[in-house]
Amino acid sequence: MSKMVTKCDDKVIKNPKTPCLNFVHYALGLKELQGKEKENADYLLEVYRKRPKEGCTLVYLCKGTSCLSSGEATLKDKFDEILEKENLTGKVQIMETGCRGFCEMGPLVEIFPAKIFYCQVKPEDVERIVKETILEGKIIDDLLFEGLADPDEIPFYKKQVRRVLENSGLIDAENINEAVANNAYKGLQKALELRPEDVINEVKKSGLRGRGGGGFPTGRKWEITRANKSDVKYLICNADEGDPGAFMDRSILESDPHKLIEGMIIAAYAIGANYGYVYVRAEYPLAVQRLTLAIQQAKQAGLLGKNILNSGFDFDLEIVQGAGAFVCGEETALIASIEGKRGMPSVKPPYPAQKGLFGKPTNVNNVETFANVPLILRNGADWFKEVGTENSTGTKIFALTGKVKHTGLVEVPMGITIREIVFDIGGGMPEGKEFKAVQTGGPSGGCIPAEYLDLPIDYESLKGIGAMMGSGGLVVLDNETCMVNFAKFFLTFTQEESCGKCIPCREGTKRMLEILERITKGQGELEDINRLETLATVIKSTSACGLGMSAPNPVLSTLKYFKEEYLAHIEDKKCPAGSCKYFISYHILPTCRGCTLCARVCPVNAISGERKQVHVIDQDKCIKCGQCYEKCPWNCIAKG
Amino acid sequence: MTTKRIDLTPIKNFFAEHPGLKRNNLIMILQKVQELYGYLPEEVIDFISEEIKVPKAKIYGVATFYSQFRLEPQGKYVINICNGTACHVKGAPSLVDEVEGILGIKSGQTTPDGLFTLETVNCIGACGLAPAVVINDKIYGKVTPEKIAELVNQLKAGEK
Repeated sequence: MSKMVTKCDDKVIKNPKTPCLNFVHYALGLKELQGKEKENADYLLEVYRKRPKEGCTLVYLCKGTSCLSSGEATLKDKFDEILEKENLTGKVQIMETGCRGFCEMGPLVEIFPAKIFYCQVKPEDVERIVKETILEGKIIDDLLFEGLADPDEIPFYKKQVRRVLENSGLIDAENINEAVANNAYKGLQKALELRPEDVINEVKKSGLRGRGGGGFPTGRKWEITRANKSDVKYLICNADEGDPGAFMDRSILESDPHKLIEGMIIAAYAIGANYGYVYVRAEYPLAVQRLTLAIQQAKQAGLLGKNILNSGFDFDLEIVQGAGAFVCGEETALIASIEGKRGMPSVKPPYPAQKGLFGKPTNVNNVETFANVPLILRNGADWFKEVGTENSTGTKIFALTGKVKHTGLVEVPMGITIREIVFDIGGGMPEGKEFKAVQTGGPSGGCIPAEYLDLPIDYESLKGIGAMMGSGGLVVLDNETCMVNFAKFFLTFTQEESCGKCIPCREGTKRMLEILERITKGQGELEDINRLETLATVIKSTSACGLGMSAPNPVLSTLKYFKEEYLAHIEDKKCPAGSCKYFISYHILPTCRGCTLCARVCPVNAISGERKQVHVIDQDKCIKCGQCYEKCPWNCIAKG
Repeated sequence: MTTKRIDLTPIKNFFAEHPGLKRNNLIMILQKVQELYGYLPEEVIDFISEEIKVPKAKIYGVATFYSQFRLEPQGKYVINICNGTACHVKGAPSLVDEVEGILGIKSGQTTPDGLFTLETVNCIGACGLAPAVVINDKIYGKVTPEKIAELVNQLKAGEK
């Protein structure tokens, strides 16, 4: 059977990669269709909106990076095979989508119109799904998440407010038809009917602030760039998501790239730019691939390029791939990188809004910021403000990871508490683990200890307790995470990524790192705490760019809330979390049964002993990896 | 460094197909070179320097600034262990220890037989699957020391 998409218009569309322009323009209300063609287009709209006519089933497979690596591809093949065998190819349509967010439970399969959500589906489950669920309408209990079939009832989704992610996991990111059937480019149409100044006013009124971490009011930023007169202006999207532990931007690019494109066109129209760049990390190949395709499709549909939707406005968009440098997340460094130079920040002023890319006024926003813009124009600033707090409106996407039961991508209203995110949405701590803190804002942010679990999160509240919103990484830490070691981890990162241009950052972070290394090796002294604090203050106040100014934050915030751990390392020569290798040693107890398992798992052959005899660890060879400790079935290895 | 003569045809073809490449395209050009050659050979950098009229020192400046670029060839299998925050707290360092033990090299090095390169990366954005490992562009999630040992040993066995 020919795929359903071909039904739209036999003359035009042959595969989703070349969009049916009649359909796109019909969905946007720009074109009338007649007779058979209209019938087909209406049918297709219903399918893409997940309300197919009777006798037709849609199977949505999540094709985000996580589900792909958990085996989505084999699942697709298996579905194709079984559907063909059962002669169902005409009645069941397989739809592959971008990231649905519940990465922990992937691969995910969702069935419409019945709305049944299956997780951790294995190829051998496919036959049952087809036979029992699709043919007989029965729900397979063991594939449900805790017995819940409707995803909206699953705690992970229930407390979320999915606005930016409204289509994520529910449309095929590689098919513009599905995007336009689900409201894409409606905001752009509204924007083009307004004067650019009015677009800016609407965004200002919405209270949208930069989602990359800084929290600068977006409308205000646009206004400044608009006010600078120039023959050429540029618009840049910062998709150089470098914070370790964050993947919001990747997910938007992979699941709904048209949201970003639409937001960028609106921004370009508002500030008067005709050329834009998306600066994406090269580490995100799938995101690059999907965005490239989406740009191509938008061009074909007349949504990018000359005279967009007959408005007389021209805008073109190009992708530039980053080459791996965290500092390029800083806007002046990013601009240098697009110009083909070393990505080093420059002194501000002049700000990019005055003198940016190739010396022209330039506006830089991040992916999530742009992705909020179509929603504001489509639904109005008042709708946008319905959610959130007074000074932080709308929603924020967080990448919930670390020691929490359900990791994944969550979009929540500003003002939600950490407790709700970690314990309601994330399902709390894994068995036997105790909550210690969450880390937000990556290497520029700080820790939020248990005492602030009920603090409503917004830009100001987080700043007030020494953390920051950051781009949205939210890493949960448990009692096994050593806070000194954790601060060292971030400082190692910033130290490596420091571009070296200014001395406080280049030398200062190195000295701080050396002190932390000493402390974790048991060579710390009490004075080191003062030294760390002094260095941190100097680096924060004298560095040239955001990287240096925020680099000491992880140290300062752990010192503030977990000073006793630093003191334990320095005075008692102990690591309370039992994670700093220097303070641990492993010993085999006399109860050893000589099963030889420990000797076999030891990566450095430090364990010796005869079969059925007590084994011994050579302390000089031992690298303290703890594998023997983890593996011993009889608990005969002591850690101390 | 390598003594093998480098064939300039692929990069010459690339320039022929993309006329008008300029200084601001340098990063993209270097990415292409790495895709074609696996690293940035000295001879190719000489060639680019002539083509886009940028001093070699500037090109090396850019090439050494970004972590993506390599001035020496990599192994046939590149094992990239993610050490982003999420992977770090979920045990990425023990994966590094394990592979270092099996291959007898440190992170950032290549085995003498040219088969394996071990690297760490500061987050590939697959945090939901932490700890994650990428072997030649394929992502493996929730990796344990045993699993990575098995993967590496399989690759090793396949080469014998």
